[in-house]
Amino acid sequence: MYQIIVFGPFIAAILAGLFGRQLGDKGAQIITCGALVVSAFLSWVALFQIGFGGTVEHVTIMTWVSSGDLNFNWAFKVDTLTAVMLVVVNTVSCLVHIYSIGYMSHDPHKARFMAYLSLFTFAMLMLVTADNFVQMFFGWEGVGLASYLLIGFWYKKPSACAAAIKAFLVNRVGDFGFALGIFAIYMVTGSVEFDVVFAKIPELQGQTIHFLWMDLDLITTICILLFIGAMGKSAQLGLHTWLPDAMEGPTPVSALIHAATMVTAGVFMVARTSPIFEYSPDALAFVTFIGASTAIFAATIGTTQNDIKRVIAYSTCSQLGYMFFALGISAYGAAIFHLFTHAFFKALLFLGSGSVIHAMSDEQDMRKMGGLRKKIPWTFAMMVIGTLALTGFPFLAGYYSKDMIIEAAFASDSSMAGYAFFMGVFAALLTSFYSWRLIFMTFFGESRSSKSVQDHVHESGNWMMAPLYVLALGALLAGFIFKDYFIGQNYEDFWGSALFLKDAANNVMEAAHHVPGWVIASPFIVMILGFLIAVYAYIIKPETPAQFSGTFRYLYALFYNKWYIDEIYDYLLVNPAKKLGVFLWKKGDENIIDRFGPDGAAASVMALARKFRGLQSGYIYHYAFAMLMGIAAFVTWFVFISGGGAS
Amino acid sequence: MEHFPILSIITFLPLVGVFFILMIKGENSDKRAKHVALFTTVFTFVVSLILWFTFDKTTADFQFVEKASWLGDNINYHMGVDGISILFVMLTTFIMPIVILTGWISVKSRVKEYLIAFLILETLMIGVFCALDLVLFYLFFEGGLIPMFLIIGVWGGKNRVYASYKLFLYTLLGSVFMLLAMMYMYFQAGTTDIPTLMAYDFAIDAQTWLFLAFFASFAVKVPMWPVHTWLPDAHVQAPTAGSVILAGVLLKMGGYGFLRFSLPMFPVASVDLAWLIYTLSVIAIIYTSLVALMQNDMKKMIAYSSVAHMGFVTLGIFAFNVQGIEGAIMVMLAHGLVASALFLCVGVIYDRLHTREIDRYGGLVNIMPRYALVFMFFTMAAVGLPGTGNFVGEILVLIGLFKVSIWAAFFAATGLVLGAAYMLWLYRKVVFGELVKPDLKAMLDLSKREILIFAPLIFFTIWMGVYPATFMDFMHVSVENLVTNHQAALSAVAETMAP
Repeated sequence: MYQIIVFGPFIAAILAGLFGRQLGDKGAQIITCGALVVSAFLSWVALFQIGFGGTVEHVTIMTWVSSGDLNFNWAFKVDTLTAVMLVVVNTVSCLVHIYSIGYMSHDPHKARFMAYLSLFTFAMLMLVTADNFVQMFFGWEGVGLASYLLIGFWYKKPSACAAAIKAFLVNRVGDFGFALGIFAIYMVTGSVEFDVVFAKIPELQGQTIHFLWMDLDLITTICILLFIGAMGKSAQLGLHTWLPDAMEGPTPVSALIHAATMVTAGVFMVARTSPIFEYSPDALAFVTFIGASTAIFAATIGTTQNDIKRVIAYSTCSQLGYMFFALGISAYGAAIFHLFTHAFFKALLFLGSGSVIHAMSDEQDMRKMGGLRKKIPWTFAMMVIGTLALTGFPFLAGYYSKDMIIEAAFASDSSMAGYAFFMGVFAALLTSFYSWRLIFMTFFGESRSSKSVQDHVHESGNWMMAPLYVLALGALLAGFIFKDYFIGQNYEDFWGSALFLKDAANNVMEAAHHVPGWVIASPFIVMILGFLIAVYAYIIKPETPAQFSGTFRYLYALFYNKWYIDEIYDYLLVNPAKKLGVFLWKKGDENIIDRFGPDGAAASVMALARKFRGLQSGYIYHYAFAMLMGIAAFVTWFVFISGGGAS
Repeated sequence: MEHFPILSIITFLPLVGVFFILMIKGENSDKRAKHVALFTTVFTFVVSLILWFTFDKTTADFQFVEKASWLGDNINYHMGVDGISILFVMLTTFIMPIVILTGWISVKSRVKEYLIAFLILETLMIGVFCALDLVLFYLFFEGGLIPMFLIIGVWGGKNRVYASYKLFLYTLLGSVFMLLAMMYMYFQAGTTDIPTLMAYDFAIDAQTWLFLAFFASFAVKVPMWPVHTWLPDAHVQAPTAGSVILAGVLLKMGGYGFLRFSLPMFPVASVDLAWLIYTLSVIAIIYTSLVALMQNDMKKMIAYSSVAHMGFVTLGIFAFNVQGIEGAIMVMLAHGLVASALFLCVGVIYDRLHTREIDRYGGLVNIMPRYALVFMFFTMAAVGLPGTGNFVGEILVLIGLFKVSIWAAFFAATGLVLGAAYMLWLYRKVVFGELVKPDLKAMLDLSKREILIFAPLIFFTIWMGVYPATFMDFMHVSVENLVTNHQAALSAVAETMAP
């Protein structure tokens, strides 16, 4: 069964990709969507078997690499964590595939697009089902490749190409850390297979590793290296710069890859390696710090952006921050629960915004929208559901997961928990504000678009709307239905051994159920507050934002320009690398090595050659002859010597 | 010589082809010569498959051994392969038909001589990997330079004289030292038999000098920084087929030399001087990656990237453990296919537009979708994407190296990021974008011949990445034997030093 779940999309991708012309667009769409429907269905079956049946499945396919004492296979390990990820990935992917039929209906390269989507799904599935670090890395890089291809799907746009390269490279920086982490794990445990590694980690407590002239704590170093990988993939502070740019890709891609699945791979990875992270409080504190900081940082930027997709992208970045600080305080269940619910409402928001963009003739700037709620009422309704779920409106998906994270942060005794709690609450305020700002700018007020665009505004077709309804159902109900399993009383039965807690008796998730009333109320209060500010600023007094940005010019510029992180990187890293490249090439290779090496020798040889002009019958044959002579002399010499030796 | 001399047959089969080409006269002689050359190389490959299928993977001994008295009592015609060299023999015979097909149309002048040069080169390359006698090895090793030199010098680009001259000068300089070292070894050990010399204990201070002498030759061949500057020029000036054979096989001779000579014969010096190798290799990886980033000539960029990749090879070999060495061999094999393919990718568009300047291209995906796919595949393989042979090789090298030197592994791994930067930049400039330049509009997508060339390269690159056991099973015993002997030699020395 797991083979079908994982390899079905792969086969579909190959067929659609290589034989797209023969199959036709219809054929490619049927094959890829068909494979995904099957995979999605089987994934739910797997969740019920594994999650509610309490088993762990191991499937070995074949050997991959065996070298000395290093061995690893192509193999699946399916526990509850994997099963949850299978459900998330395949469900969203299946809906996005179907949505794409409508969204890409005017694009000439439908087969290629569907092939990429399926290829991505395959890589993501390999990532979540891996039973060893290297296979995880395979999926990890594979999703990077698919993401690169999909961001750059419209290859004629220079900005899309640049964004694609940026995404790949920034991810590579993360992968660099991940890879070093794997090497270190192998060095100290002699294996890269999860079960073997996890069993050995407790013995390594207190050991150190010598690097950078320092003795670093071994487990902490490993965790930080792995987490650098997670930061790259999940766009955490410092390695986040690729995510907003990635919005150059088609909107279904943003929904699938840059909201629901790929960017959550980092969260998955930390949860998967919880048996390592649990032994390093320092690493967990670091994760908490980065997560909480990203949550607030991305939210501040989200309040100022005007591109509808970028607002949602920063929102994703911020929500991923929540997941990470939940991981950091050992509230793994809450983190994965938020990942699960977030997949539904964020995919809903993205696909909804895709529907808006589609209606607006590919306009993405919210300043040129407005007043759309009457023209595309269904899309409007779906977006509002998504927004309510995101901001944590009671009984919707986000309410259960996000509030749980904030409560857990309060209850936790981790050194960073206080910081995380306050950042989490403040970011919730901003989340509510920018989400409603998006709704108001897009759907309320007067239309600010041109006449021709307005005439074209239309509700999207059924291929696009049907997935929205399904996701909306998820956004409404996923929290309520699954809360007892992910974070409630059935926690232990459901997760089994998938999530590890060093100190199982002291479960922060348990403590989170007993926090003071004001803590429980605070996310709700700030959500209402954010909503009211948005109403005031964008409905009651629409001139407020301009006044505000005028008064706090520098703060606004800081947020609007994304804290100038891109510019800093260009200045510190990109430009020096280019200059160094030119310098090494021109000065190093040509001026130094060649000048004192072959060219210098050449000059003297030429000078010599001029004296023997008669011999100079074209260099090539000349040298060839000289070499032959040399070899002949060499052989003669050996004959002479050996002959002498024999006699 | 008790059994069938299969290695000699494989080695000298191409010369039979040369003989037939020389016989060809009259009408259409070029075309017939091409067919003869293609047939010869394919036939050689088929014969070499006998090695592949009858090789005994359970022993580290040399197999298919042939030994005949040659120059006096102590210098023999001695051939044989072990689990390491057989892979390189196979790589050579596999690449050669592709090489012949590469110049099928683009080479128009002196076709017969061109083909003869390549066939002679094949004989010499196979000979290098089979030779088990120093003199024999030296003949093949240095002899290979002559056809390569002619290929660049006669069928090369505008600056071919400079490039072939540079190649010559560098290589000659290295080989002079190697020659002196070989003579010294002969005087010391009284034999030039390689298996005997592998077991011979050279005095420790002599080892250092011998190691450095061999290093001079192999470092140029690899090439290692800072003796790498001949490579970009040679690649740029060489005809496509020349670049393919250079990247595909010739560069591997250096790495093979380290494995066959430096490690087993000079174990103490290898360890003592490992820091030198690490330093040079790490510099090579970072330095050449940065330089590659700024190139505007496609071939030059890929040539620089070759230097970076070969840095992984030397690092892996000098990690002295099974993973490092097996990884190094895998990198060499995978790079042999992928770098060849990248030069072929450049050749494809060079044949159509006659320029290698990156700026002259752009938006090729619009009219050459099949080409775009193939090029994308090899770009990703060069970047070391998991699922390709390069990944298996690089991760093994780094995993092996990490155990020995975290520093070296750390810096080498930065190559993963830098490598991705220039390859993706190249791909974007050439393939993506709007097709605006008028002279590009008439370009044709891959022909059947070109697809035929690329298909086996793609196939084996994936095979190596997904199920490398097919290839690694050959090397396990030999590599483990190499590592064991190396450690035994070191501990023997440590014991004598102790009291």
